[in-house]
Amino acid sequence: MLEAQDLACLKGDRLLFRDLAFRLQAGEMLRIAGPNGVGKTSLLRLVTGLALPEAGEVRWRGHCIRREREAFHGELLYLGHAPALNDLLSPLENLRFACAAGGDHVAEDDCVQALVRIGLENQLDLPARVLSQGQRRRVGLARLFLSARRPLWVLDEPFTALDVHAVADLAATLSAHCADGGCVMMTTHQDAPFARPPAVLDVGAFAC
Amino acid sequence: MLSTFLAVLRRDLLLAWRGRADVLVTLAFFVIVVCLFPFGVGAEPNQLRAIAPGVLWVAALLACLLSLHRLFAQDYADGTLEQLLLSREPAAVWVMAKVLAFWLSTGLPVIAVAPAMALLLDLEQGGLSVLVLSLTLGTPILTLLGAVGAALTLGLRGGGMLLALLVLPLFVPVLIFGAGAVEAEVSGSGALAHLLLLGGGLAGAVALAPWACAAALRISTE
Repeated sequence: MLEAQDLACLKGDRLLFRDLAFRLQAGEMLRIAGPNGVGKTSLLRLVTGLALPEAGEVRWRGHCIRREREAFHGELLYLGHAPALNDLLSPLENLRFACAAGGDHVAEDDCVQALVRIGLENQLDLPARVLSQGQRRRVGLARLFLSARRPLWVLDEPFTALDVHAVADLAATLSAHCADGGCVMMTTHQDAPFARPPAVLDVGAFAC
Repeated sequence: MLSTFLAVLRRDLLLAWRGRADVLVTLAFFVIVVCLFPFGVGAEPNQLRAIAPGVLWVAALLACLLSLHRLFAQDYADGTLEQLLLSREPAAVWVMAKVLAFWLSTGLPVIAVAPAMALLLDLEQGGLSVLVLSLTLGTPILTLLGAVGAALTLGLRGGGMLLALLVLPLFVPVLIFGAGAVEAEVSGSGALAHLLLLGGGLAGAVALAPWACAAALRISTE
């Protein structure tokens, strides 16, 4: 479904990687590996269309993502390094806004349930600034439960700051998404108990 | 499309309400700048009356500029901007919602206190309605032009200063026609021409600025 060819990424005046290619089929999970600074996050941003590649192109269902931007972004869920939380809003308000801004019509009850399921039932109405790092991360991840319709999940370090239980839950959620025919692409330095070990793409092998 | 617009508008108005200290700072800035002029040029009523339209307009323009750099800064820092750019709706839709919310929370309060400040400078009563009308047409143009500048300078070191340098020259025509409208009304030659030009400028800015702003945001976040 997702396919990249001859990707090259320029950051400042340094070429991070070139000739990078991969292919992701429905039901597959891809882990982007490599040491810090090799360009893992940059690769994810190229794949989501937030950044433009220096060379090469990314294709979704056979179409270049730049030409079919709206259709592609309707099927993509990207959770970046920053959890996209506003400190003045409660987790519930943040989550509802994230869904509405993305173009999903989600009922308030579903948002509450997603937050309860990820373990934030006592923090629903607190402003996000009083949450811990792990709890902030969870608010962002709660969107996964509301985005089953979006087949492609691109996650930047989703396991950071989570406790052991949350890591296991998240791994199960990601495995279930793949079992339903979705695809997941993520960066992580952590081992997680996936149902099936994900394929690994080492960006370091394409470094310049 | 409408639901995204409304979601962004509602959120930004809610944020403006929760952070209302920022709105009050803009308003206090406007009031203080206007109040400085009698101290600087002397409290001679005829002189104050003559400079009142220009003073009020420059103060409103600076108050608008003061908070412009905040328009996208928070969303850029916390990652919300990336999520908005990944929305399936065209970026101009939510940019327009953000600009509208910003104008409602910074431009509108300034317009509301402007008549009181005009009385302070002894502006003729007949000029008050034209002042409010010209500000109502003019400040949205300032906000729209400023939004493009804010998007271009997003994430730059010293972006606030650069933003001022970038957009102040663009504000000049709005200032000329805005202050000109009030002066024309007071001098009896009628403000219609000025107001129509401001209205035309507003229509053009509404049509073009959101697209320019969206393109600038894509460049800034890359």
